[in-house]
This record gives sequence, C-alpha cells and structure tokens, in this order.
Amino acid sequence: MNFVTPDFMPAMPEIFLLTIVCAILIIDLFLKDESRGATYMLSLIALAATAILSFTGYSQETVTTFNDSFILDPMASILKVAICVVVMGVFIYAKDYLIDRNIYKGEYFILGLFGVMGMMVMVSAGNFLTVYLGLELLSLSMYAMIAMQRDSAIASEAAMKYFILGAIASGMLLYGMSMVYGVTGSLDLANLNKAVSTADRIVMSFGLVFIILGIAFKLGAVPFHMWMPDVYQGSPTSVTLYISSAPKIAAFAMMYRLLVDGLTDMHADWQMILIILSVLSMALGNIIAIAQTNLKRMFAYSTIAHVGFIVMGVLTGTQAGYGASMFYAIVYAIMSVGGFGMIALLSRAGFEADNIDDFKGLNQKSPWFAFIMMAILFSMAGVPPFLGFWAKISVLQEAVNSGLVWLAIVGVVTSVIGAFYYLRVVKVIYFDKPMDNTPIKASMDIRMALSINGVAILALGLYPTALIALCINTFS
Amino acid sequence: MLSLTHFLVLGAIMFSIAMAGIFINRKNVLILLMCVELMLLAVNINFIAFSHYLGDSAGQVFVFFILTVAAAEAAIGLAILVVLFRNKRTINVEELDSLKG
Repeated sequence: MNFVTPDFMPAMPEIFLLTIVCAILIIDLFLKDESRGATYMLSLIALAATAILSFTGYSQETVTTFNDSFILDPMASILKVAICVVVMGVFIYAKDYLIDRNIYKGEYFILGLFGVMGMMVMVSAGNFLTVYLGLELLSLSMYAMIAMQRDSAIASEAAMKYFILGAIASGMLLYGMSMVYGVTGSLDLANLNKAVSTADRIVMSFGLVFIILGIAFKLGAVPFHMWMPDVYQGSPTSVTLYISSAPKIAAFAMMYRLLVDGLTDMHADWQMILIILSVLSMALGNIIAIAQTNLKRMFAYSTIAHVGFIVMGVLTGTQAGYGASMFYAIVYAIMSVGGFGMIALLSRAGFEADNIDDFKGLNQKSPWFAFIMMAILFSMAGVPPFLGFWAKISVLQEAVNSGLVWLAIVGVVTSVIGAFYYLRVVKVIYFDKPMDNTPIKASMDIRMALSINGVAILALGLYPTALIALCINTFS
Repeated sequence: MLSLTHFLVLGAIMFSIAMAGIFINRKNVLILLMCVELMLLAVNINFIAFSHYLGDSAGQVFVFFILTVAAAEAAIGLAILVVLFRNKRTINVEELDSLKG
C-alpha cells in the first residue's frame, strides 16, 4: 500500500491553531504573573487569525482530506468562524472575573484554545474517529477548566459530576459507534450512508439509540439534562461562559454529522426519538426555569429549552430545517455569551452577581448595561425585533413546512411560558430598588465587547436576512 | 470455536456491569471511575471482535485511540478527585449534594 501525502490545506485553521497554542503554552511558562496579559492578548490574536483563516477557506464545494476523515464544507467554515468569535467574547468577558478570583492563569486560555480545536475537529469530522477525538479534546479541556478554581468546593463538585456524566455519555456514544461499525463495516460517515440500506435494521437501530443518547447528553436535551444546572451553577462564571456558548454550536455540528451525514437513511427512526427529546426539553426547561432564583441556574434551564428548538430544526430532515437549526445554534451562542457576560460584569472580588436579586435596580446604576441585559433577555424570550425572535420563527416555520404543526404549537406555547421568567428579570432591573450602590467597575475591553454584543443582537434582529440566508444557503 | 456472538455478549455484559455499577453505587467516587474505565474496555472488545470478523483493521486503530483517550481521562478524573477530597474531605457520592434547586 502506498502512502499518499494528504492535502493539508483544508485543515489549515486547525494546524495553525495547534501550532500557535503550543507556542503560547511555552511562552506562558516564562511569563511572570503581572505580565499574564500577554497570554490573554496572544490567545485573542490566535483566535482572530484562526477565524480569518477559516473565513478565507470558505468555498461552496465540499472538500475532503485525510482519507475522508476531515470534511471542509460551507457549514464547517461558517461554524468555525462563529466558534472563534464567540470564544473571543468569552475570553474578554472572563478576564476581569479571573483577576478578581485570583485564577488569572495561562491554563484558562490554553485549555480554552485546545477546547476550540476540539470543537473545530468535531465540526469538520468525516469519520467516527474524528468525531470522538474532537469531542474528547473539548470535554477533557472543559473538565479541567471547571476544576481550575481549586479552593472552591462547589466548583470541584461540579467538575466531578460533569466528568462522571460526560464519561458515561462518551461510553454510550462509543458503544453505539461500535454497533454501527459492526453492521456496516465502516467508520466513515460517507460510506456508512451507502451501507445503511443493506445493513441489519435491528442492530442499526440499537446502535442509533446509543449514538443519540451520547448526542443528547452533549447538547443537554431532556432527559439527559441533569448535569447542566449543577455544572452551570457550580463552575466559576468565567468557565460557565465558555461551556454554555460555543460547545453548543459544536454539539449541533456533531448531531448533523452523525445523523445527517452518516445516517440519513434512518431518518424515520431518529426523527421519532428527536421529537420526544425536543418536546421534553422545551417543556421541562421552560417550566422548571420559573422556579429558579439563581440566575446561572435559570440560564441553564433556559439553555435546555433552547436545545429543544435546535433539535426541532434538525428532526425535520429538510435542508432548510438544518439551516434554521444552525442559525438557532449560532444565535443561541451569541445570546448566552452575552447573558453570562453580564453576570461576570456585575461580579467583583468576593461577590457573585448570580442571583436574580443582584440585578435589582441595574437601570439606576447603569442605564446602558440595563438596556443591553434587556436586549439579551428579550432576545432569549423571542420578542421581536431582537435576534432570538428570528431564530425561533425560522425553526418553527420549518417544523410547520414539514407537517409537524403540533410540534410547532408546543414550541410556541412553551416559549410563552418561558417569556415569564425572562420578563421577571427585566422587571427587577427596571422597577426595583438597588440592594447596594456599588458602582459597576469594569475595564474598557469588557464594556466595549458587551456593548457590541448587545447592539449586535438588536442590529442583527433588525436586519436578519443576511445571516439567515447565509445559514440556509450552506445546505442547498 | 468462539463466534462473534460470544465476544459481543461478553462486551454487553461488561457494559451492563459498568452501567449497574454507576447507578447502584452510592458510596465511593473511585468506584465510579473504575466503572467508566470498564465501560470503555467493553467498547474495545466490541471493536476488536468486529474488526477481526470483518477483516477490517480500522476498528483496531480506533481501539488504540480509545485506550489513549481513556488514559488521559483517568488522569483528569483522578486529579479532580484529589481536588474534591481536599475541599470536602470526603469522596462519598451521597455527600456531593451542595448543588441543587
């Protein structure tokens, strides 16, 4: 057998990122604590450069390399840019928080960047092996990031819970993969699709259930959502920012790669399971969120509800449905990073602004940030003209188009229930008296980034066509 | 003569033992870590058996990667366990209940 040198060009962003993360890792070793800002700046530059490389690699054709284990298609390019931009936001919001907590160390950025690499591999995976390796690279980085706050009992408890449940999910996913491999004789997602029609249906369904279980866990869909509230609340906000945003984009990509690229022919089988996941997620997420007083926990349940929508787009099984779902995943990441960014902004040394009461009277302290928080919450609730409204409506539209009207109705009803707890926070911000008069203390970059984030949610909501068209066109 | 079914049944039994161990065990986090490892080994048996009977080496390559990742996972898991024990002075599963709501 001859060894053919693979084409490295399609994987350029990943190769670049890997090289530069290793360089940052070594540079960071020689830095003193007071010059840690260099690591921060280098990480941002690395992410920006990776985003630009992914953007320039954009082409309408699908390119595969490394024996088809790496796919570069329009979806991969767009999602990689989105992941890099969102994680840049995460790093900027996290900086002040990390300094106040005395965990402003190089590890946060390096683990974060390795996680980004894992996500990029997941997004481009064309083979069970690359899906698994990308997923583990991301998960292992996240476990370590949560446990980084060494003296916090709840952070280490959250890390342990996440680790155990994450490892079980990986085990399930692998078990499903081994079954599918056994009947189709291929690890390649493209070959898998060809082999499905002749394969043993029962064993395939058996494997499929385990694979969906793994995906549902990573997305946080009910009934595999138990880890999310605990992990979101227990982690330092700097890490919650990270785990709540970009990994959901990657999880969407993983679901697309495995179910659509790999197992399209079994659409009828996985549609049923996904419908159950979607309905349960939307209902349970929105209803339990009402009872929460902790804002991080509330956002965790709201994430579960959003995941229900992402799943709803994919289960339609149409090109437009995948596009709507992808749009939703990107929009969700932008909103989530903004929401947790506000918590990080209001927190200061020795004080966590993670209760809803901590947002009382924000309008009197800072009308501008009160407005941004309102934009984020309205967008999450799906109030027009904010961005989240368009995400919800495009997914619901595709559900109706593919004949699942009742599912769309469930989506609308649960969203209306969900609007209650978002509006409660808005009410607290505008109509309650502040608990204390400590002014908001934050550096320029976090203020700028949060302002851009909030304005983007409003501006993209007023002119959504470009982004929607971009997402829909990737699949046609 | 051992057939493919024998290996698959062995894999399934190991996987079930691991699952049962995770859900029944209420005492010790270390046992959870062992169960996670057992689960990955069950998957490895599946992959190797399929790979042998299909005459396709890709499955065996996958096993090497799983073993490597499992080693990294065990290292991180034990490190988190040490941090947890330092903070809470216990590794009893039932006492990990400070997060709820």
